[in-house]
Amino acid sequence: MKKVIVGNHAVAWGARLARVEVISAYPITPQTQVVEKLSEMCADGTLPARFIKVESEHSAMAAVIGASATGARTFTASSSHGLLYMHEMLHWAAGGRHPIVMADVNRSIGPGWNIWTDQNDSLSQRDTGWVQLYCETNQEVIDTTIQAFKLAEALDVPVMLMLDGFYLSHTAEPVDVPDQEMVDRFLPSRVAPRKLDVDDPHAFGALVRPDSYMEMRWLQQEALRQVPAVLETIEADWMRMFGRHYGAVESYRAEDAELLLVTSGTVTSTARYVVNQRRAAGEAIGLVKVKMFRPFPTELLRDALAGVARVAVLDRNFSPGHGGIFAEELRAALYDLPSEVRPAIYGYVLGLGGRDITPTVIDEVIDRTRQSTTSERADLWVGVNP
Amino acid sequence: MSQVRIDQAIPQGEFMTSGHLACPGCAAPLAMRLVLKALGPKTIIVMPASCFTIIAGPWPQSSLQVPVYHTAFATGPAVASGVRAALDMRGETDTTVLVWVGDGGTFDIGLQSLSGAAERNENIMYCCYDNEAYMNTGIQRSSATPWGAWTTTTPAQHPEATNKKDILGILAAHRIPYAATATPAYPVDLVEKATRAKGMQGTRFLHILSPCPPGWKCGDDEGLELARMAVQNRVFPMLEVEDGERWRFTMDHAGDPVEPYLRRQGRFRHLNAEQVAHIQAEVNARWASLQRRVRASADEVSVVLPGMALA
Repeated sequence: MKKVIVGNHAVAWGARLARVEVISAYPITPQTQVVEKLSEMCADGTLPARFIKVESEHSAMAAVIGASATGARTFTASSSHGLLYMHEMLHWAAGGRHPIVMADVNRSIGPGWNIWTDQNDSLSQRDTGWVQLYCETNQEVIDTTIQAFKLAEALDVPVMLMLDGFYLSHTAEPVDVPDQEMVDRFLPSRVAPRKLDVDDPHAFGALVRPDSYMEMRWLQQEALRQVPAVLETIEADWMRMFGRHYGAVESYRAEDAELLLVTSGTVTSTARYVVNQRRAAGEAIGLVKVKMFRPFPTELLRDALAGVARVAVLDRNFSPGHGGIFAEELRAALYDLPSEVRPAIYGYVLGLGGRDITPTVIDEVIDRTRQSTTSERADLWVGVNP
Repeated sequence: MSQVRIDQAIPQGEFMTSGHLACPGCAAPLAMRLVLKALGPKTIIVMPASCFTIIAGPWPQSSLQVPVYHTAFATGPAVASGVRAALDMRGETDTTVLVWVGDGGTFDIGLQSLSGAAERNENIMYCCYDNEAYMNTGIQRSSATPWGAWTTTTPAQHPEATNKKDILGILAAHRIPYAATATPAYPVDLVEKATRAKGMQGTRFLHILSPCPPGWKCGDDEGLELARMAVQNRVFPMLEVEDGERWRFTMDHAGDPVEPYLRRQGRFRHLNAEQVAHIQAEVNARWASLQRRVRASADEVSVVLPGMALA
């Protein structure tokens, strides 16, 4: 069924089609329409779930952890400071191996207060153990929301999907809303391998001494290592049933490219437009979209980028005192490629706090990269007016 | 008080085993054992960080024979809300969800999530075992630490300078169905209150005074006796509050002087006569205030509830 819906409603529809059983959330701009829509769905009975309207994001994550530990399929959504406030419990969810799905509407961090998009909220949660998937369109948002439950429950890892504040959250796009019966076939009810159960009592999360703690973290890492392969299986199923496929990493017009842009989120769509123009002008320029940031798709990116002379990374984020975060992680991933195929990586920081990344801005990035004679390690800020 | 045969008044079921890791003389395991006797095997415990994180036993062992979810400090009531919701979704409405946590997790860091759950009137039971400081981290003051007490962060030269937070009043102000005080020093009373709470729906709160010999600086064998003294001298009165409105005392309180209670604890050893008199005056004032609340609610319901002491 085709609907014209905003990204926030695509999230809500995804959660509804996944038949979530327990939701807990706290409102924050620009995520609020997610919780409003889910509240409506719970109130009118179209989504037979319990919605716990808590007093904070910290409690929202705690509540879905409790429900997930009891075997329920759970969902929450947040943004910006709300996500940061959850931080302790993000670790708890991942360490406890709870397959919670969360949507984060990417929004900058204060001060000063700024409600517009950048990725510093979710990227500052990168070491919490959550899978991170960045979406480009509202279609990808609804599809990824449903797929996220399958991925999370297959490996008992929590999954966070990201959509850019306002560019997706509040922008209406045509979306093919999947059929409920087909989604039910794709995603059966959750069967928790272990849960809080009075007929089979166990203690979860108890004190663990140094002789065992490390093994628990190793098992967590082993599960995350399987994510790329499991996600590809899930995407192949989705492709067969719904005719759409995204990939953890997607190469676009990358054949024989001299320069590849690396993008994530909605910037990708703008970059596709620029790539098309440049290709039409006969320039060997393409792009690589990184959807999955955690686990970091090292092998996929090495395959996608090896042999290209120059790579320009568009980071709508930065690690203060270091540089753009995708660029830095990419450098580490490609460091030990043989030097004859290792690209020079130019990291650009741009679009923070919702500043526009227009085709002109991306053209500037491309031209600077081609003409650059400076060290590729410099973090390059675009559009700053000191 | 009439004689009660404890073996008849307290259920025989055991859901806490020996081999736990409490310090000698700790009252918290006894409180847990008694509450679980009242609640029975269909209980799920949510346990934020507290001494009991250690007491319950390290992975892969557990001294508790019911499911336990260990969780972060501030999150007991929120996690319990999620457990409750998931149980309700699968129709398991007769399982009790019990939050078990100390005074720091209740009076301080967990107060926001407790208030949230109480305001929503989540169908959970909450037990705060109160040993009046952060004992697990080495006796630092909490907002449950009484005025004048020594702790490692309120040294004897500058002992605790504020009164203990009125947590029962705070919970009662949420108008939850049931809030009460108790102590394992009066085991039958504790079991009766836990049993009454189990039979109710909504948020039920038990504030349990739980002496800590290392923190109170008393002998391993003195804790329960001190708790009985705290009840009888009205430092820790025994109360029930229903719907935030109906306050009642649940036993007679002799009104003994507080000084003998203070003098038996090293944490109060530095207090001079004037400071002891100050504590006595505060206890008297709070008692008078509680009497007014009890009388007012008795007037409202127009009945004299059993056990009420309106001296």
